[in-house]
Amino acid sequence: MLDVRSVTKRFGGLVAVSDVSLTVPEGSITGLIGPNGAGKTTLFTLISGFQVPTAGEVLFRGEDITGRAPERLAVMGIARTFQIVQPFAGLSVAENIAVGAYLRHAGRAEAMARAEAVAAMVGLADLDRPASSLTVAGRKRLELARALATEPQLLLLDEVLAGLNPSEIRDIIPVIRAIRDAGVTILMIEHVMQAVMSLCEHVHVLANGRLIAAGTPAEVVGNPAVVEAYLGHGAAGRLQKGAANG
Amino acid sequence: MKAYRSLLVVIAALAALPLAVPLLVGAGLFAGPNTFYNLMIFILIITLAAQGWNIAGGYGGQFSFGHAAFFGTGAYVQAVLQTRYGVNAWVALPLAALLGGLVGAAIGTLAFRARLRGSYFALVTLAFAEVFRILANATPITGGAAGTLVPLKIGLGQMQFASSTTFFYLALTFVAAVLLLNRALERSRFGAWLVAVRENEDAARALGVDTLKVKLKAITLSAAITAVAGALYTQKFLYIDANIAYGAWISVEALLAPIVGGIGTVLGPFIGAVALIGLGEAAKTAIHAVFGSAVPGVDLVVYGVLLIVVIAFAPRGLLGLFGKFDLFARFGIFGKRGGR
Repeated sequence: MLDVRSVTKRFGGLVAVSDVSLTVPEGSITGLIGPNGAGKTTLFTLISGFQVPTAGEVLFRGEDITGRAPERLAVMGIARTFQIVQPFAGLSVAENIAVGAYLRHAGRAEAMARAEAVAAMVGLADLDRPASSLTVAGRKRLELARALATEPQLLLLDEVLAGLNPSEIRDIIPVIRAIRDAGVTILMIEHVMQAVMSLCEHVHVLANGRLIAAGTPAEVVGNPAVVEAYLGHGAAGRLQKGAANG
Repeated sequence: MKAYRSLLVVIAALAALPLAVPLLVGAGLFAGPNTFYNLMIFILIITLAAQGWNIAGGYGGQFSFGHAAFFGTGAYVQAVLQTRYGVNAWVALPLAALLGGLVGAAIGTLAFRARLRGSYFALVTLAFAEVFRILANATPITGGAAGTLVPLKIGLGQMQFASSTTFFYLALTFVAAVLLLNRALERSRFGAWLVAVRENEDAARALGVDTLKVKLKAITLSAAITAVAGALYTQKFLYIDANIAYGAWISVEALLAPIVGGIGTVLGPFIGAVALIGLGEAAKTAIHAVFGSAVPGVDLVVYGVLLIVVIAFAPRGLLGLFGKFDLFARFGIFGKRGGR
């Protein structure tokens, strides 16, 4: 469904994303992991049209969408959430979601009905209160709901679980799975390995702007290159030695 | 229709205001009925200009400091079409709105395409208004520095009325129409997108909002409404020059009224205009009574004090203050605010 081909992004002398290629098959939940500063969010901004790649191309359903504006991508069926949540603070929860719903429903009644349905799906209640009064977990759900309200085919989730406590994470994992089961393909950046292990069929690992590994979650966490990217050079060897001795 | 009921009540109350005039004059608050009507007509014209500003500035968060560009265009189109081209006043008015809207679209296209936001946008609009003022002062078609005088010809056909009550109702009709339009806007997709643009442009874009298009539509509508206020000003006072039409005073009135009354609310511009102009006039009268002579500019002092008080104690405007009292909220007298 999504094809990223040899995408590179330079900021002056800094190469934030270097020659990254990956595919997201239709109907899958695909993960994108990597240490802080690896270039995951930059890759997201390239896919979602907020920035234009220096080189390479992005294809959605075979169509070249490289550098296309985010609002046009949303119309095509690509929605994203933001790592730093961006609620419309002055609006109520329902109005926030309705902004997304208006994309496919011009009338107020239909948009509000759609907003309510989406809110129920992600488990948001008390829709008339201001979005600014939501807890962190609530805001994450709102971010998810707003993106879903645009009725996307591909959903890009940028760390929707970050900042949540373990029980909140347990609550939201089934929501993400339900979204996929409803027919939405998902590409997610995530640090919470528990979620990656239980949700993703396929994981890509980014470090220093390069793709260093790909595979099932189990394969990837056993990959020495991945362990070293997180824990430092030689860590994989020391860990293995430690395991053998212990 | 529930959403419109509270507005209809307010409009009906304003329409019934002439009934109270004998009482107000009898109580010594106004020298005569005409003093009252002239004040009310001025308040309504400023309200209309402010209602225009409120669409782009209040709902859309695009703070213009140069709505004089639109007010002046409306005023000059109304005056020049009548005096130089013999166009009927009623025909000139929609043309004034149209041209005002076009000026808004043009300035909007230049400013928004250049991605100007916040204070940069405010400065550019201010500069445009000043350019218009200097041009109007120098071009023959506007009458130059001498200004343009619309000949006095009382008659319904000329939109000039012997009784100021009639002009009051004319101005009220426009203000009422924009009040209802505003409420419809709040409940529409365009309104939701406009507020989303104000709150967070990136988030809005991610949800499929074409922010450039939304901002352009808003500034065009905003400018057209403010241009109608300018055209009404011409019809009321029958004289304009560059410093009236394109003067900074109207840019300030147009943005101060919504800020004082309640920014991004339907009734905010009207409440603000009443507070500003009402208190300004009251101060003038009081000073005159105490010192025996007028002190020029005392109303501007009142504006300054009012603005400081509002920003310090009621950042959401006077309506936000009323909203704290259950009475108003319970009956939805002032409706719900479109955000923030």
